[in-house]
Amino acid sequence: MDELGSEVDAILVLEDGRAFEGVGFGASKGEIGEIVFNTSMTGYQEILTDPSYAGQVVVLTTAHVGNYGVNTRDMESTRAHASGLVVRSLARRASNWRSEGSLEEWMEREGVVGISEVDTRALTRHIRDRGVMRAAIVRGATLADAPDVVARLKEAPGYGDEDFVGRVSSKTARRARPVEGGGWTEEDAVQGEESSGERVVLLDFGSKASIVECLLDRGLDVVMVPGASSWSEIERWEPRGVMLSNGPGDPAQLDDRLDGVREAIASGVPTYGICLGHQLLARALGASTFKLVFGHRGPNQPVLEVATGKVAMTSQNHGYAVEAASMPEGLEVTHVNLNDDTVAGFAHASRPVVAVQYHPEAGPGPNDASVFFDDFAAVVRGEARGDV
Amino acid sequence: MRKDINSICILGSGPIVIGQACEFDYSGTQAIRALRELGYRVILVNSNPATIMTDPEIADATYIEPLTPEFVERILERERPDAILPTMGGQTALNLAMELHARGTLDRLGVELLGTTPEIIARAEDRLIFRELIESLGMEQAESDVAHSLEEAWTILERTGFPSILRPSFTMGGTGGSIAYNRKEFEESIKWGLQQSPTSEVLIDESLLGWKEYELELMRDRLDNVVIICGIENIDPMGVHTGDSITVAPIQTLTDREYQDMRDAAIAIIRAVGIESGGCNIQFAVDPRTGRRVVIEMNPRVSRSSALASKATGYPIAKIAAQLAVGLTLDQIANDITGETKAAFEPVLDYVVTKIPRFNFDKFPQTQNSLTTQMKSVGEAMAIGRTFTESLLKALRSLEDGLIGLDVGEMPPEHADYDDRVEFFRADLTRPTPLRLLRTMDAMRAGVSIDDIHALTAYDPWFLHELERLLPVERALDAAGRGERELDGRLLFAAKRLGFGDQEIARRVGVTELDVRAKRAETGVKPVFKQVDTCAAEFDAVTSYFYSTYERGENEAVTSEERTIIILGGGPNRIGQGIEFDYCAVHAALALRDQGFRAVMINCNPETVSTDYDVSSQLYFEPLTFETVMAVIEQEQPEGVILQFGGQTPLRLAKALYDAGVRVLGSDAEAIDRTEDRELFNEIVTKLDLTQPEAATVLTLAEAEAVADDLGFPLLVRPSYVLGGLGMQIVHSIDDLRACFGRAAAVSGDNPVLIDRFLADAVEVDVDCIADGTDAVIGGIMEHIEEAGVHSGDSACVTPPYMLPESVLRTIREQTIALAKELDIVGLMNVQYAVRDHEVYILEVNPRASRTIPFISKATGRPLAALAARVMAGESLKDLGVTHELIPRHFSVKESVFPFDKFPEVDTLLGPQMLSTGEVMGIDTSFELAFLKAQIAAKNPPPAPGGRIFVSVRDEDKWSLVPVAKKLHEIGYKLVATSGTAKLLRAHNLPVELVNKVKDGQPHILDEIINGDIALIINTTTGSMSVKDSRSIRRAAINLGIPYFTTLAAAKAATAAIAKSRTSEPTVRAIQEYHS
Repeated sequence: MDELGSEVDAILVLEDGRAFEGVGFGASKGEIGEIVFNTSMTGYQEILTDPSYAGQVVVLTTAHVGNYGVNTRDMESTRAHASGLVVRSLARRASNWRSEGSLEEWMEREGVVGISEVDTRALTRHIRDRGVMRAAIVRGATLADAPDVVARLKEAPGYGDEDFVGRVSSKTARRARPVEGGGWTEEDAVQGEESSGERVVLLDFGSKASIVECLLDRGLDVVMVPGASSWSEIERWEPRGVMLSNGPGDPAQLDDRLDGVREAIASGVPTYGICLGHQLLARALGASTFKLVFGHRGPNQPVLEVATGKVAMTSQNHGYAVEAASMPEGLEVTHVNLNDDTVAGFAHASRPVVAVQYHPEAGPGPNDASVFFDDFAAVVRGEARGDV
Repeated sequence: MRKDINSICILGSGPIVIGQACEFDYSGTQAIRALRELGYRVILVNSNPATIMTDPEIADATYIEPLTPEFVERILERERPDAILPTMGGQTALNLAMELHARGTLDRLGVELLGTTPEIIARAEDRLIFRELIESLGMEQAESDVAHSLEEAWTILERTGFPSILRPSFTMGGTGGSIAYNRKEFEESIKWGLQQSPTSEVLIDESLLGWKEYELELMRDRLDNVVIICGIENIDPMGVHTGDSITVAPIQTLTDREYQDMRDAAIAIIRAVGIESGGCNIQFAVDPRTGRRVVIEMNPRVSRSSALASKATGYPIAKIAAQLAVGLTLDQIANDITGETKAAFEPVLDYVVTKIPRFNFDKFPQTQNSLTTQMKSVGEAMAIGRTFTESLLKALRSLEDGLIGLDVGEMPPEHADYDDRVEFFRADLTRPTPLRLLRTMDAMRAGVSIDDIHALTAYDPWFLHELERLLPVERALDAAGRGERELDGRLLFAAKRLGFGDQEIARRVGVTELDVRAKRAETGVKPVFKQVDTCAAEFDAVTSYFYSTYERGENEAVTSEERTIIILGGGPNRIGQGIEFDYCAVHAALALRDQGFRAVMINCNPETVSTDYDVSSQLYFEPLTFETVMAVIEQEQPEGVILQFGGQTPLRLAKALYDAGVRVLGSDAEAIDRTEDRELFNEIVTKLDLTQPEAATVLTLAEAEAVADDLGFPLLVRPSYVLGGLGMQIVHSIDDLRACFGRAAAVSGDNPVLIDRFLADAVEVDVDCIADGTDAVIGGIMEHIEEAGVHSGDSACVTPPYMLPESVLRTIREQTIALAKELDIVGLMNVQYAVRDHEVYILEVNPRASRTIPFISKATGRPLAALAARVMAGESLKDLGVTHELIPRHFSVKESVFPFDKFPEVDTLLGPQMLSTGEVMGIDTSFELAFLKAQIAAKNPPPAPGGRIFVSVRDEDKWSLVPVAKKLHEIGYKLVATSGTAKLLRAHNLPVELVNKVKDGQPHILDEIINGDIALIINTTTGSMSVKDSRSIRRAAINLGIPYFTTLAAAKAATAAIAKSRTSEPTVRAIQEYHS
């Protein structure tokens, strides 16, 4: 950046040739990723650390990013996962009583490349109209370099072909313990150890910390196991409930890792899913999924609860959705996205299987849908039935 | 949707006052339209004629009647609506609904309240109930309690400590609110606050000075769906009324966790208060050191902030609140902007909005410009930019306060050491004033650290660091000014991107604004236009709402093939230029659209109807500066631009626009010059054989003194090219002249100061006229009640005239028509005359829409602004069927409303400088009853029979007082006077109680007033000594809410009105009936 604060020194290049100039920050080099936009006006740290953003370059549509810095408490996982960050204006200094450092320095440490001073609105309109595609941020390059970058982008693997879940999900069974004053820590789960409450198993496909926190908040004992665990690997923790987490990538890629999920459903243990977990439950039950043009990513996705006619503001982050027409008999659509009428939640008519496409755990976004976890806890405790 | 109700009454907010301005015209108009679209019959009550909502075509039945329980009750009896929607008319409507409930009217007539209930209003507005509710939700409020007496206040103070925040209950705009730092201030403020509160309650709060302040706008429907429309962050920390604070949206300095916690709290509050179908706003304060959050207050209705939030996001809060009130739910209502999505969502912004309040401290030289918890601003400007600095600087230029950049300029000595520099700025930065942010930048320029500035101002460091971005660019521009670097495309782009205006760039570089424009054209540094779409581009938007910015990206505005006309609005409200001009601009837009034109609006006032995105074909929310107007013109390629409707604001741009080759519709620039330039005007006067008071133009005080010698006193001194009589004064002596000349010259700038012989005791007349270049037709003639010398915007007036002889009216008509033809007026023209001894003097001609256009349009039923727009677009008056003056059989009286209750230091005497913020209208079959209603609407009601009336008049008025006093005596009032006046009245066989003047010692008249023993005050005065002596009497009248008159003419009219009301009752009738 020059003395006037606006000299460009980096480019953002999209697979279809569209390129933007900007000012680079964060890591010196970035990865190729699928470019997506998120309309949240707060929560950049949660977004960057949400494992679901693995393999994606995130455009934040809000004008100013970095204003309140970063802090340990707002991490959605132990590290950043996004491949890059595109913003209109990056804060010069963080200002907030909880701030532990600047976004810029943190991204540098976390290895995430960023570009600022980009016309993010033009970029968002482009993505909206053309759909998501591969993109890369290149520092120290000019628009003249864009054709070379386009060539590289075209050679890179497609987002749907990569095994992101394999990269981000936990490798061993871990037990979560709440920390006084908020948050939680994890340790190796030990079989036979006394439960702190009703035990639930979280199938971790790249779970956000907030999901674990929401479960702990309701007094549940949480064991996290790899998402692709077999039923025996799940059952050994004697779960009273199973939760499928969110995660990155195309759900269709994971069809061969859903045996554990299918058996969980068959066992009659209440089985719930969030986001990718929602898509996987649908697929496990025979429905299909499809890719949305530009996905739903933001804090203001209105979801209608079919039974009550009530609308909740939900946080969403997904590029795939469940095909309503493909849903087998016995599955009922419980929630609909008011913006485009896509499936936002379903339940099994006769089994305790419930899933939502949105993020009831928020982080970032509104807490309006947190009743999802209350229901889950009640079902796990046998206080309610988990069907429709 | 509710099928069990058919008709709904909407209560307006009455006259524009500080704290309650045209945002309620915007909300009310939206609500009425929404309800009528749903098929309901809508009855409107509002005393303010300057509003769009009171236009006959907006509601089904429109009552321009006083907003008092008595009048509204009569209207309800007459109309028998099923329900009242009281949440659209500000605190006035809410309080009125509560009174109607309390007196049993609603129950008796079976009228339901929509969108709220008396219980909800009490839970939100009664400070004690609200506090209990907040505590029951596990949330905090600042330590506080309610005092009903001074004694109780002292006890509470022991818990809350100094500084102490004081707010009376049930007032709007924080009337009576203040901060006390010591026991003396505390005692004064408590007494004042108890007085202001209709329930004699004052809330005493723990000080949250320096805390961050936030505001959330919420909507909730009957299915308990809640959405947050907008979060607003105040740059000014706690301690400055939110209406006086610079605010931004979206919230900038909260993490998601903190924002969501606040959002959850807000939702819990709206549920607990029980608003089931409508909107509210909730204010929070956050301790920047710890994050501790407290709830400040809630407004259970549409508010000033909802207007701001609607404009900031594109989400029409009032319209949707009205739809919710009749039972629709958020998911049933379409989002107009996207066309696809629903109202059940929360807008997201990809830009920054900044609002800056507009103050008028220049009108009240006696007051300090300190900002406190009592609102003092008279208007606001909003701007949209892609970044904070861009939106802030655009908002600053939108204020039309003469500011082109963030600086005051007074700097510490160059070699002062650091501590001295901090000390130099300390007072300016610790005391909140309208200039504090400007001084902050000066301090930054002087090298004061951001940490130190933060410590002094409590501005969040994020804002300060963003502002710091301006400094290197300023230095580069200054360097270009010194020839040390070039003003190249790179520097220009950097400056424009941060928000610098061409004028400031020009000032720093030492070139003209046109040079900067040329340089930008040469280097390709042009603005692009971006859309406001509620959704940060997630969906394709269909509504045409745009702002300019500088990006290396795309321009979203498309030049249309349709015939396009651009209308310039009036900018922020201020005394002298307010809602009246918005009224005109809106009518122009609607009329032109009706005629098939594409009407494009440029304006920057978020409170207005004109900045509602569906009033015009395309809205540019932009400052009304040459630079931004030209940018829109270049984008739109219009057939022409209309300047006549925005008051003085667009006229100031006229010359520059003409010079730039822009086609201005209507009267041409020559007409403006010929009326403003005294020499040219004299030529017209001579040519048309008119008479004007002897006058001269001067540039220096010496010249002025020579003129005074020649003409003699009294004289009227006024600057040229101003609106609202800024800097205008009547002088009675050479000392007066010397005292006021400097200010007039300063206001005038390079233009001369005008000095007229002042026509004492003349009657002033205002005439509005419409012309098409061939024909001219009188729109209406208004006779002022107060004698010449009171600004026409402050004087009460009546149409048709009630005292002027027909011969005089004939002369006035002839002269007006002749002027319109001589000036080739196309559109509107306003002329002011003075009449003395049957002689007609011409005072002033304005070739544009005047402040009285809405009043005259309502009085006559002829929509002058709409007609003028069509004339400007090429139609003839003949084609429009406008061939003769309409003279109604009923009388319409306009009365002005003043902000004196907000400025305790200010005297209430009227003069040639306009001080009123708003107006009311009384319509009736006789002048007296119309005048009476106007007085009641202006909160100057007649005293109860038998009341004691204090009279004290200047010598010139003594003889005229006698018949007035006699009449008052006859209709049963008791007269009270000090010795001089008493002697005179007794000499005329009138019984008078004698009372001491203040200087005669206690018990004196002030004691009687304070004790509530005086029901009406008639006090006229001249000469600085006696003005000073009687000032305390007038102030006491204001503070205690006692009706008063400061001119004998007004007292005389009021007396006649009261007498008339003893024999006949005022009519209650919809204006549609008057005009049918």
